[in-house]
Amino acid sequence: MSTVTSIRRPAAGYLETLLAGQPQLPASPLAWINALRAEAVNRLDVLKLPTLRDEEWRFTDISRLTKLSFSPALGATCLETADIAQFHIEEASTRLVFVDGFHAPQLSSAASCSNGDSGVVVSNLPKVLATHGAAIEAHLGRHAAFRDNVFAALNTAFLHDAAVIVVPRNVALAAPVHLLFIATQKEVVSTPRCLVVAESGSAMTVIEDYVVLTQPRWQKEEEEAHFTNAVTEIALEDNARVNHIRIQREGNNAFHIANCAVSLGRSSNYQSVSVALGAQISRYNLDVLLAEGAECAVDGLALIAANQLADTHTCIDHAQPHGVSRQLHKCIVGGSAHAVFNGKVLVRQGAQRTDSAQSSRNLLLTGRAHVDTKPQLEIFADDVKCAHGATIGQLDSEEVFYLKSRGLSDSVARNLLTYAFGAEIIERIPVASLKQRLEQTVLEQTSSQS
Amino acid sequence: MIMQDGRTLLEVRGLRATVNGIEILKGLDFTVKSGEVHAIMGPNGSGKSTFAKVLAGHTAYEVTGGSVLFEGRNLFDLAPEERARAGVFLAFQYPIEIPGVANSQFLRLSYNTVQAQRGKEELDPLEFDDFVREKMKLLEISPDFLDRSVNEGFSGGEKKRNEILQMALLEPRLAILDETDSGLDIDALRIVSQGVNQLANKDNAIILVTHYQRLLNYIVPDFVHVMESGRIIKTGDKDLARELETRGYDWVAAEHLAAGETRVAKGAA
Repeated sequence: MSTVTSIRRPAAGYLETLLAGQPQLPASPLAWINALRAEAVNRLDVLKLPTLRDEEWRFTDISRLTKLSFSPALGATCLETADIAQFHIEEASTRLVFVDGFHAPQLSSAASCSNGDSGVVVSNLPKVLATHGAAIEAHLGRHAAFRDNVFAALNTAFLHDAAVIVVPRNVALAAPVHLLFIATQKEVVSTPRCLVVAESGSAMTVIEDYVVLTQPRWQKEEEEAHFTNAVTEIALEDNARVNHIRIQREGNNAFHIANCAVSLGRSSNYQSVSVALGAQISRYNLDVLLAEGAECAVDGLALIAANQLADTHTCIDHAQPHGVSRQLHKCIVGGSAHAVFNGKVLVRQGAQRTDSAQSSRNLLLTGRAHVDTKPQLEIFADDVKCAHGATIGQLDSEEVFYLKSRGLSDSVARNLLTYAFGAEIIERIPVASLKQRLEQTVLEQTSSQS
Repeated sequence: MIMQDGRTLLEVRGLRATVNGIEILKGLDFTVKSGEVHAIMGPNGSGKSTFAKVLAGHTAYEVTGGSVLFEGRNLFDLAPEERARAGVFLAFQYPIEIPGVANSQFLRLSYNTVQAQRGKEELDPLEFDDFVREKMKLLEISPDFLDRSVNEGFSGGEKKRNEILQMALLEPRLAILDETDSGLDIDALRIVSQGVNQLANKDNAIILVTHYQRLLNYIVPDFVHVMESGRIIKTGDKDLARELETRGYDWVAAEHLAAGETRVAKGAA
């Protein structure tokens, strides 16, 4: 990695510090992976950290993050199965666990490496490179645009392991796959990576779950301060169906930045629900690219309080005709928290008969809570149906009065309505136990704010 | 029914109230005893619905004068939820839709809150389910109704039935039905009226706010009051409603005005 030396410039101090450990990464036996890393490091020479002057970051001040000099996690904490029992999702047949970005085989469920007769792969990158190298090479680093994105480039520069799921042609996975990313160390950067390939006609549900495991020895005020910089790539071949559930429940001092790129083949179907609960600053970029006749539903909920900032940027790119997209994004903002939503829907020239509907709905619980929402339609075709809208408001006083007129106290009435606002998104999660747990979380979180 | 030994449930004296600074109620007097059914009629804008909302405690209405005693307590000392727990119930003219809150959850929360207040046992979800289904049969409500969000996507008739179901669960001392008949077809009107009649007993009282005599064929009132410009200007029995149906309201106002002039003339003399 001789290129590393070339980036030593004062302006790049933050990135420089982070990249200092990069050359210590053991080289991959595969040349194309080393080439990907090298290219990412090269791009970091050119890319700058975003500031409020960048259009894509103008509401999201990450100076709190870039002031800190965390170093990359270079190994995982040793955990036992009992430590993570609280995170188990009973419906999931397969669980793949990563601790601070490193695969933890002892925590992953037994079925995680099974190929069975169906040829399904749920494993970590080094294990499957030998058998599925070609399939992985065709997708890894090909969807998430790290060349223009400093955080995706940082993740790619440290590409060493990844959760890999490959569902072969016409295979439908009955049970969801649980990808669990556990943060355990403070003041480190971890770079989780996921790759999901759904071959033509296949179907699956994947749960991408970011959690924190608080160490008893940590001081209260310094708990959970770490930086998760994740990249996920999901490729759906023709007629494939993927349900993607993403839960970000990191500690309240964490920084979480994630880039997810989804590519939909012809007539494929992608349904995603993302829920952001944790982190002091979180940013989720979701880019969805639709081929002809593809359909997607991209829903999200941010439930934040205190001084949290949660930013969701989505881009739904109708590149070809007859695509359908649906999006409902909700933010519940309490305390002095700040939510950002930027939802771009792009209908390219020739993407006729596109049918797109987007709605951003925001609930402010206090006078200090703040939301910036920006639905953004860019249409270059002339035969399309596109709708979008945004609302920002407080709880409806008529609804509150109706509940009170039936004996419910003011706080119970408000909690119930707040919960109901968020439940509309949670209900779209097709995994019963997870849905139930999240509903409970939302109920507790809304109650604690009143 | 009018009873010799009926207790006074509601006593309204000189009630004045404003909405957005405009006075709607202008010195209203009204007394309700247990066992009675009262109908309040009157033209649009006479203040009927305002009166109903003021009794329930809606914050958009400001009480500027007069007093209301409910079972001897100052009603205005109680927050809306406390009034509900004390036994005041308003069936809304336009029941509110609450997406995301299951009807079953809402009904149980409401029922248990009021039960707790009365020192009675609360019901768990299973027990409540049995209990509420019995009540739903009376109102011919389909079972899937429990799983739906509160009033969301309900037809006008379903919303009104839901109101009466809540009344059946909460067993109020004083029920105020604000234009419960509006938007109901004949069948729904019959079902809702039967439900109300079954809930009426010697210990509670019902105030029907309505435009039309039609409802009063099903729920027979002991008293019919005509409201005009924020006051009750005439009180009669159920025959008054029939007379209003054929003659309209103008003659009542004219009569009231004439009586007022007579009073003024007498006073002057």
